[in-house]
Amino acid sequence: MAIGLHQSDFKNPVVRWIDSRLPVFTMMQKEYGTFPTPRNFNYFWNFGALAMVNLLIMIATGVFLSMHYTAHTAYAFDSVERIMRDVNYGWLLRYVHMNGASMFFIVVYIHIWRGLWYGSYKAPREILWILGVVIFLLMMATAFMGYVLPWGQMSFWGATVITNLFSAIPVFGESIVVWLWGGFSVDNPTLNRFFSLHYLLPFVIVGVVFLHVAALHITGSNNPLGIDPKGPQDTLPFHPYYTIKDSVGLIVYFAFFAFLVFFIPNYLGHPDNYIPANPLVTPAHIVPEWYFLPFYAVLRAVPDKLGGVVLMFGSIAILFILPWLDTSPVRSMRFRPVAKWFLVLWGINFCVLTWVGAKPAEGVYVTIARFATAYYFAYFLVILPLLGRLERPLALPESIAKPVLRGGGPLLAGAAAKPMEKA
Amino acid sequence: MMSRFRNLVGALVLGAAAALSPAPAKAAGAAIAFPDYRFTFDGLFGTFDRGQLQRGFQVYKEVCAACHAMRQLSYRNLLEIGLTEAQVRNIAAQFEVTDGPNDQGEMFQRPARLSDRFRSPFANEQAARAANNGAYPPDLSVMVKARKDGADYVRALLIGYQDPPAGFALMDGMNYNAYFPGHQIAMPNVLNPGQVEFADGTEATVETMARDVTAFLAWAAEPELEQRRAMGVRIILFLIVLGGLTYAVKRKIWADVKH
Ligand code: HEC
Ligand code: HEM
Repeated sequence: MAIGLHQSDFKNPVVRWIDSRLPVFTMMQKEYGTFPTPRNFNYFWNFGALAMVNLLIMIATGVFLSMHYTAHTAYAFDSVERIMRDVNYGWLLRYVHMNGASMFFIVVYIHIWRGLWYGSYKAPREILWILGVVIFLLMMATAFMGYVLPWGQMSFWGATVITNLFSAIPVFGESIVVWLWGGFSVDNPTLNRFFSLHYLLPFVIVGVVFLHVAALHITGSNNPLGIDPKGPQDTLPFHPYYTIKDSVGLIVYFAFFAFLVFFIPNYLGHPDNYIPANPLVTPAHIVPEWYFLPFYAVLRAVPDKLGGVVLMFGSIAILFILPWLDTSPVRSMRFRPVAKWFLVLWGINFCVLTWVGAKPAEGVYVTIARFATAYYFAYFLVILPLLGRLERPLALPESIAKPVLRGGGPLLAGAAAKPMEKA
Repeated sequence: MMSRFRNLVGALVLGAAAALSPAPAKAAGAAIAFPDYRFTFDGLFGTFDRGQLQRGFQVYKEVCAACHAMRQLSYRNLLEIGLTEAQVRNIAAQFEVTDGPNDQGEMFQRPARLSDRFRSPFANEQAARAANNGAYPPDLSVMVKARKDGADYVRALLIGYQDPPAGFALMDGMNYNAYFPGHQIAMPNVLNPGQVEFADGTEATVETMARDVTAFLAWAAEPELEQRRAMGVRIILFLIVLGGLTYAVKRKIWADVKH
């Protein structure tokens, strides 16, 4: 780009003055205004925007919670109760943050499912997908450490169980665990560093989200047909078409969120976390938050500790190489008559893992967890690679506009050719 | 309209939540079923009964407070259960709390004020255990949130004292309770008919005392419950209207796009 003032198209003199020196207005206009977006999105495409809003809500409520929270084993539990009772609308802040974590995972799980169903991970969106998996990992770390902060029984014992997993690492395991704890058990130093990292990681997530979106704006969005837009008749400007469609989804999301916060704020939590942490009393069943249960089930499905840890991390790591495991060139499951059913089964299987993760690791539950774990991996490692060769996909439509315009009708007046005039 | 809205939203959310969450708490061992009592604050729109909360506080003060602390509460919080400021000042003044140091550098005792926390019966956990055969009477501030179906459980626990069934090996100093996990509880049966005298003439049966003190504990655990629900109704109604309007605008904007 040539050096010198940017040629701004904005008329407002103040906006123009700023934009010619720092073209943020031009950038927003390009990336969120006229950005050509496939015209056939369904509501699954709301969930990226929802995740973004959710992240901002977590940061906003988190910053205010931190003003009143005390990261010390002797005060943490009581300070959270102080927030609930004595801070103005503190109960709202805390319940929004607490249920916001669940909402975040609901949204992101649906977002990931969308990617799996419509093949959004395939070329040319591999890096975009990988950045998404990185965000997912960072979210899990953040939520895990956040759950430790109120210092209830599940906070303490969850932290103990999960950090102890690292002791499975050969040779260095024990030293790593001591290093993580900052001592010889989960204690005040652990709580302090978890608070520090819990504050830090969301901002790292913001950074990775930025890259995620940057990558998206290079490749453009995928769509329910999984075929590339062939020209302007296949796309719509992001604004106002998708800003308004995202707004509809956002309000449904807020209503769902509000229902959780205002009517059943503790439904997704565990009552034991209202018992102050006590290193001398182990709860009958230590269960993580619901969003970790599928991975917890994988962990416990394996009789060997190291093996369990490896499989658990493997169950997420495998997503990194998914773009190369799925050898079919067809993205959308709409045109994959066989793979589609295996993916549906994979989705059900994921729910089964969630369910069995909350059950005690004994008897029939272990057997179920093993079969479910096996299918989880088999889908990625065996079924997808094979189907790429064996399956015969349905004929793909010629273009996005074709099936909707039936026989290649005229270019849309207004919509695609001429973006709606903005006020 | 309200109930239809409740059913709709309720079914939607609970359905999704149930699908997503296998209610982890259910995992806990062989859970003992306890009766489902209909409290005034049950359901999505229930509220507290102030008279009941006051009676419940009286039971707590005259019975439970001998062993159980409620350190998250301050005397001023009692204003929220409908007691007048004069009444609450009087209640607080019945308790001596430690303050200081004074300008001589010494701690001193004075009657409690509105701003003081509920006085704990014991100085520390060791003292509490020493007085209770080694068992620790837990703080009751958030007890109702700390047990699954907390209110039903606490009420059941208080009326659950029975003679042990034949052949039940009850340990020394323990009491048989039909609803406590394992049935052996260190807390003795503390409610006996007529134990307290309610000012409003309510008969102090074990049932009513158990019910009322449980309601008080439920309020203590979630004092924001009524405000929360009222706000929730307004916000969700607002979102429904806003959602309808937004959807109409969406339809209008998309009207020229054929799909
Ligand atoms: C004489 C002392 C004493 C009195 C009075 C007393 N408790 Fe307790 N309470 C205990 C002890 C000790 C425990 C611990 C029991 C155990 O862990 O076995 C306990 C436990 C409890 C529990 C927890 C049970 C659980 O699931 O862990 C509740 C709830 C409870 N008490 C409620 C009450 C209420 C309400 C009152 C007043 C009506 C009351 N207690 C009066 C001594 C007392
Ligand atoms: C990725 C975004 C985030 C996630 C997923 C997340 C998750 C969580 C979770 C699960 C809890 C425990 C809630 C409970 O049971 O009480 C929590 C607590 C907490 N979080 Fe976060 N959080 C996020 C961002 C933040 C940020 C950015 C801050 C600070 C700026 C923050 C500050 C806090 C504090 C102070 C607590 C303790 C208070 C409490 O437990 O309610 N969080 N977080």
